[in-house]
Amino acid sequence: MKRGPSAFNIASVVLGLAFLYAPIVILVVYSFNASRLVTVWGGFSTRWYVALFQDAQMLDAVWVTLRVGILSATFATVVGTLAAVALVRGGFRGRTALAGGVYATLVMPEVILGLSLLLLFVAAGLPRGFWTVTLSHATLTLAYATVVVQARLATFDRHLEEAAQDLGCPPWKAFALVTLPGIAPAVAAAWMLAFTLSLDDLVIASFTSGPGATTLPMRLYSQVRLGVDPKINAVSTLLIGLVATGVIAAYLIQQRRRRAEGAAR
Amino acid sequence: MDPGADGALTGRPQHRPQIGGIRSSFAPWEDPAARPLVRFEGVSKAFGDAQAVKGVDLSIYEREFFALLGPSGCGKTTLMRMLAGFESPDGGRIMLGERDIQADPPHRRPVHMMFQAYALFPHLTVALNIAFGLKRQGLPKAEIAARVAEMLALVKLDGLGQRRPDQLSGGQRQRVALARALAPRPRILLLDEPMAALDKKLREETQFELMSLQQTLGMTFMIVTHDQDEAMVVADRIAVMREGRIVQVGRPAEVYEAPVDRYVAGFIGDVNLFEGKVSAHEGPLLRLQAADGQFDAEGTADVGEQVWLAVRPEKIAVHTEPPADPRNRLAGRILDYGYLGDWTTYLVEIAPGRTIRAARANATRTVDRPLGCDDPVWLTFAPSSAVVLTK
Amino acid sequence: MRRGRSGLAAILPFLWLALFFAFPFVLVAKLSLSETALAMPPYAPRIDWSQGLDGLKAFFAALDGETYARLTKDRLYLDAYLSSLRIAATGTGLLLLIGYPIAYGISRCPPAVRQALVMAVILPFWTSFLIRIYAWIAILKPAGILNGALAALGLPPVDILNTETAVLLGLVYAYLPFMVLPLYAVLERRDESLIEAAQDLGATPLSAFWRVTFPLSLPGAAAGALLCFIPMAGEFVIPDLLGGSDTLMLGRVIWTEFFANRDWPAASAVAIVLLATLVAPILLFERQQAKVLR
Repeated sequence: MKRGPSAFNIASVVLGLAFLYAPIVILVVYSFNASRLVTVWGGFSTRWYVALFQDAQMLDAVWVTLRVGILSATFATVVGTLAAVALVRGGFRGRTALAGGVYATLVMPEVILGLSLLLLFVAAGLPRGFWTVTLSHATLTLAYATVVVQARLATFDRHLEEAAQDLGCPPWKAFALVTLPGIAPAVAAAWMLAFTLSLDDLVIASFTSGPGATTLPMRLYSQVRLGVDPKINAVSTLLIGLVATGVIAAYLIQQRRRRAEGAAR
Repeated sequence: MDPGADGALTGRPQHRPQIGGIRSSFAPWEDPAARPLVRFEGVSKAFGDAQAVKGVDLSIYEREFFALLGPSGCGKTTLMRMLAGFESPDGGRIMLGERDIQADPPHRRPVHMMFQAYALFPHLTVALNIAFGLKRQGLPKAEIAARVAEMLALVKLDGLGQRRPDQLSGGQRQRVALARALAPRPRILLLDEPMAALDKKLREETQFELMSLQQTLGMTFMIVTHDQDEAMVVADRIAVMREGRIVQVGRPAEVYEAPVDRYVAGFIGDVNLFEGKVSAHEGPLLRLQAADGQFDAEGTADVGEQVWLAVRPEKIAVHTEPPADPRNRLAGRILDYGYLGDWTTYLVEIAPGRTIRAARANATRTVDRPLGCDDPVWLTFAPSSAVVLTK
Repeated sequence: MRRGRSGLAAILPFLWLALFFAFPFVLVAKLSLSETALAMPPYAPRIDWSQGLDGLKAFFAALDGETYARLTKDRLYLDAYLSSLRIAATGTGLLLLIGYPIAYGISRCPPAVRQALVMAVILPFWTSFLIRIYAWIAILKPAGILNGALAALGLPPVDILNTETAVLLGLVYAYLPFMVLPLYAVLERRDESLIEAAQDLGATPLSAFWRVTFPLSLPGAAAGALLCFIPMAGEFVIPDLLGGSDTLMLGRVIWTEFFANRDWPAASAVAIVLLATLVAPILLFERQQAKVLR
């Protein structure tokens, strides 16, 4: 039997990727379109980028979104890494419950999550704003961070931590000196994933945010209803560029690490 | 100066026949005044329903190269991990010197392990790997550097200190793992199937290097392995384990030539077993009646007791003419043979369905009367070459 | 010795999830059984702790299922419920049909290329979801790119935007990575020697695929299906932006009730109903993942 992919296989992959990337390509291209209209190409222009940087509301939303993203991603990664360690190492009573909670959060429709979080904040008397969005996003992205770190941790050689203990490290130090550096790319990937999800979230932000903490998706959503604004193309292209660079960099680093570790066996 | 048979002093020293023919002066386990370095007392461990270790008593002495030998699943790895501190025994005590170290976590025990897959820290250089344990001990920088250099020289890796594990060959990585475990000067070094990943040539070289290293450093080593040849080569003493229990402890020669039961006899090397009953005592020998014939052998058993006679292939002589002495003589024909270069093994059929293995060193390059399949042969062995086993 | 320690690591995540995930559902349930006192919280009834146990009893007595009654009376809610499940199921089916060849195709490529391809599949997911849906509007709208391309080819324009078709298209687009990745994970691990054994025994390549590879990949398909179906049932953004006023999905209903009608109890009630429906698939998903964990 042929070892390599058949024509059908290649066609599936190519078509699938084309399908996935077509809208992105269109967005990027039209962000440089001098004309407002999507069907008309008015020449190459950066006027929408300029307009973007003059739109105070938009910039404000970007700033809020970035801050919420960074903070919530950090919370999510810390808590998620702890959860991943607990789930992979196992051996404690509430393991099924913790796993259940993580996976349920992963698949829960966002409207339900958003509504319930809002009610929590109302019941607690917390004013809606920056912190409620941040905590909510952390909760949303926690499960994703856990899954990413867990996948890596499961394949990490536990003997390395044992060797460190054997040579004199108390368990927590063995984890910090040996395991953490080893899973660092996955932790970074988890952070990036949480950051992107937060950057991207409309539903939960709408429910749990408040005045002065309007995120970019919220701003975009309200504008989209009013019509097509090429500035959206511009901000999208910038965000895509930002995330793509981060993801590709993280991936390359992880590949290098994995090769090094595979050889140390 | 022993008295001769007639009681007169003859002036000639008498030599008692000794098993294995190797004379060694190192035998602390025979010294009643010696205190063992490590002592397992009634140690047991279960995982769920499975009993991995059942009431093990074992003593290991300083400067010994001790081998735990057994098939996979016999509990040897569990026993070693209990000594290292990665498992806790359910019952019994583990003594290091005069202390029960059961409650000590692994990072506080002066016991270090060379892991089977080496477990080198991939993000650290060779030098930092070796220095790892030393840093934990809080030694001053200068001393750490000196010790690392000493270790690198010892394992013949000088100059490779700044490399990373992924830049080394398999054999080199093994040496780093060894150096790393030895650097903090443990009281006992544990080796978990260290030769498992090496090919035959490398394995032999490494075995001798390990032995020489152990002698040079004067350290106590404990190796865990399923490879009996390996255990036989490196160890001062071997403990044969089976299903969580220690079956026999002794020198390699003792375990090989004086096994305590059929399991040990069969586990190490090849053996022919004759099942029968003791029919009489013939002076210092036992006369055995077996289905295959009548045999005389050295041993202790009661008349009427069911016993097994264990004879190793190399102790069986192969004759092309029937030998005059009928004692321990079997007639048969060659069913198959294996030419191994240094040895030739023969599969001899003495009765339909009953075969005996014999082996002969190829001491000469040429043979006047070569043997082939279906040739009639006679097999004999000396009474002292057989072991009588009661279990 | 190390066993107890991992329990320590679990404490913070446990508390976090208990507080921010599990406990709020109680609040949602409670709200669904309350009346709208005003269009703002707090809602009647409240627990009057000063009355102790009596206060608690009074609280439970005051809860009423009026909101639920309202839901059952209005045909709209039932339609939205059924259509949500229908669209989610259809979307999942489409995702299986489209995602499987892609995942399989990637798994057949040489290892060096595979990693890059998987990355390529994941990358769009990491860029803004809202924005990509928005891009689809630009493509699908009457004066959009699709119709422009069709016109250039001399074909009649299509009116896809604001229909269920557009919603399905958007759903498939958005959730494709969620289907491809679990499928790929299973397909990639397949043992080539099993295929060879099948062929050695007389199976054609197609037959070997159908009888060996496909059955072994079903766990991945099941994981992907659940990973997509459950969130899709409650999806909001895609039906809102790409669907019309006749595309009813529960996600939109909850949103409308909450933001437009300011009817918090109704939103909560719908949420509870959706949650109740999804409990079974969620438990199924958890069971599946638990098997993978150990």
